[in-house]
Amino acid sequence: MKVSALPTKERINFPTRHPAAPTVDAVMVEERAASFTKRSIKTSAKLAGLKMAVSMCDLTTLEGKDTPGKVAYLCRKALQPIEAKYDVPSCAAVCVYPNMVKYARKFLGDVSPVNIAAVATGFPSGQFPLPTKLAEVSRAVADGADEIDMVIDRCAFLAGDHTKVFDEIAATKEACGPAHLKVILETGELVTYDNVRLASEIAMQAGGDFIKTSTGKVSPAATMPVTLVMLEAIRDYFFATGMRIGMKPAGGIRNSKQALAYLVMVKETLGDDWLNPQLFRFGASTLVNDLLMQIAKQADGNYQGSDYFSLP
Amino acid sequence: MKTKTKAVKLSAKRIVAAINHAVVPLKDRKLNFGNKWDFAPAPEDSKNYVIAPQHELFINGKFVAPTSGKYFESINPATEQTLTTIAAANAEDVDSAVKSARKAYQKVWSKMPGRERGKYLYRIARIIQEKARELAVLETMDGGKTIKESRDVDLPLVAAHFFYYAGWADKLKYAFPGKTPSPLGVAGQIIPWNFPLLMAAWKIAPALACGNTVVLKPAETTSLTALRLAQIFQEAELPEGVVNIVTGAGETGAALVNHPDINKLAFTGSTEVGKRIAQAVAGTNKKLTLELGGKAANILFEDAPLDQAIEGVIAGIYFNQGHVCCAGSRLFVQEGIYSKVIRKLRDRIQTLRVGNPLDKNTDIGAINSRPQLEKIRELVQSGVDEGAELTQTHCTLPAKGYWFAPSFLTGVTHAHRVANEEIFGPVLSVMTFRTPEEAFERANNIPYGLSAGVWTDKGSKIFKMVNKLRAGVVWANTYNKFDPTSPFGGYKESGFGREGGLQGLAAYCRLD
Repeated sequence: MKVSALPTKERINFPTRHPAAPTVDAVMVEERAASFTKRSIKTSAKLAGLKMAVSMCDLTTLEGKDTPGKVAYLCRKALQPIEAKYDVPSCAAVCVYPNMVKYARKFLGDVSPVNIAAVATGFPSGQFPLPTKLAEVSRAVADGADEIDMVIDRCAFLAGDHTKVFDEIAATKEACGPAHLKVILETGELVTYDNVRLASEIAMQAGGDFIKTSTGKVSPAATMPVTLVMLEAIRDYFFATGMRIGMKPAGGIRNSKQALAYLVMVKETLGDDWLNPQLFRFGASTLVNDLLMQIAKQADGNYQGSDYFSLP
Repeated sequence: MKTKTKAVKLSAKRIVAAINHAVVPLKDRKLNFGNKWDFAPAPEDSKNYVIAPQHELFINGKFVAPTSGKYFESINPATEQTLTTIAAANAEDVDSAVKSARKAYQKVWSKMPGRERGKYLYRIARIIQEKARELAVLETMDGGKTIKESRDVDLPLVAAHFFYYAGWADKLKYAFPGKTPSPLGVAGQIIPWNFPLLMAAWKIAPALACGNTVVLKPAETTSLTALRLAQIFQEAELPEGVVNIVTGAGETGAALVNHPDINKLAFTGSTEVGKRIAQAVAGTNKKLTLELGGKAANILFEDAPLDQAIEGVIAGIYFNQGHVCCAGSRLFVQEGIYSKVIRKLRDRIQTLRVGNPLDKNTDIGAINSRPQLEKIRELVQSGVDEGAELTQTHCTLPAKGYWFAPSFLTGVTHAHRVANEEIFGPVLSVMTFRTPEEAFERANNIPYGLSAGVWTDKGSKIFKMVNKLRAGVVWANTYNKFDPTSPFGGYKESGFGREGGLQGLAAYCRLD
């Protein structure tokens, strides 16, 4: 049987593609995930955490009604989320459909602190032939995407054809060229933690730079236990290969309290090295303004109405 | 697959982003649990709760001074500051407490219909819920346990025990089919310092539900919340003398054990004291239940869900600073996964936060007393002297108070003292095994038998192990889970009799 070429030299040294993934105990993983929400993040730690969360946001618009004008709003918001006096970093990226990439690139310019992420490979269902998926990826990269958020083939995964899932990810990685690859597992459709863990292993071994929970189009989207299972997979992969894979929970994270709980989970599962936008992202659209509202509260001492915060 | 792509210029940002492609060499593969994003202090507010400078005995529904006039100091083990002074009861005080309990038993409580007794218990449970935060803060200040645990574990369980046994009070005749239950009389109850209020609830609630009256002696270092509970009994208008609380050290306990007018003794504490109580009670008509020490085996099979099992190991030994009689203090790891487990354990304990027990983010609080700290130190040193390797967290311990960093010992064999003696502190002894047979043989090869844990993905293996392990409680893929409906108690030198559930009810009834 022909084995697909592995994308980097380092990955070739890893002996097996996807050995049986470790199992996950649902009760205990949910209990552990809940324990992070009990951390009490106050004062200076809260402010630092909120700013860090802003810097990790992939500001997202993924709608049929997206236009160049809407993308312009999004890019400007990502570059400068709030007035300079609050000293808030820019967001990590904007996340758009492939057709919007060229407008985002035009607006952000060639060199920008904000990356452009494009969802691709037949997002959100992934129910498309591989050649069209790859053409989509190449086109988005050519238009200036720094990051590609692909979806895995859940049809193949649930039918037990894990090799197909692997090969598609590996092919997509190749098509990405220099662009970073985030692999969306769509955990809401995989349902069990064991599936999430196995899909994480496949995605990492096939060449994903990031693993991502959801498209945001399926409910439930990101949850803390699912994210924890993925963080644990990343941890084991790091010890096995020496490679640091990134994590992106997406969808369902709407307020600051949730975001801080996710950051606590990252800090206490993978440690400080993962607490940066290179290795951890939030896929969100409404989260940013809640973070900003809390930041302004910390700075000014009182809450402002939502009209004081620009819409993305 | 061939697709046409245009060359893309790498932006500066893209190069930065490419950093995580670097392969970290084997020796540098470490997680960095540093202070990049340190949590600011988040202490629970304690200044609203005033602790009276002096506490009296609770006899016949009133707070009364001890006849000796003697008081002892109760300190906060996290700060070494004196919290209050507590009355020392002598034999005379114990006698008047027993007399008051006898009177209440004969005149009021044993005659009261079960549905009426149940009302009092429900009322007590509700008041405990209302005052849960205050009681949790007091428990933390008095005993050194973290506010997270006293708030989220101890207090909800305390209320749950009163609610549960309140429900039985009017249904006793249906509890034991074919038998007629009747109360025993006056129950003497001696409780330990690791879960002061919870142990009081475990003992008082079933005793009262069955129609007994109580003389309770809390542990010397942790009397505060029991006396606060006495105020709750007053508030609930529990009839005078139904519960009496005598505070003091070992002599007070001895006076209670040896009092001739006690019908039932219930003791939770060390095996050493338990044996002395059993000797003292031998030949008398007193009914006895003992809940003593333990040295539980937590057994980790290679097919276990590992990351979750590690959480269970952590919960098993570091919960309540390891001051838990059913703590999973012996970890048996199947050899094939040993190095992985040790690596994960080492990383995990690094994230345990040790310090001010009132801080909501603290995972490990203070050791309950100086003698206990000395005992932990002595036993750990013996482990090191006998050749075990000690791993501890790198945390800085507060200058004042009694502290012991979360630790585990590797290279422990069955012949080590730390593999056999109860440390009662945040110290885990790690050993290995090869087959399920070896696992239960080693787990059972100890004079204790209170609890055990089994971690495997395979249901049949769980059932096999559960049937072979000689322990009162066996947890499968979880650890340290408590519920008032579930009986708790030991085999061998971990004691006899059960608390909780129907079995806990039977311990306070005569069944004819």
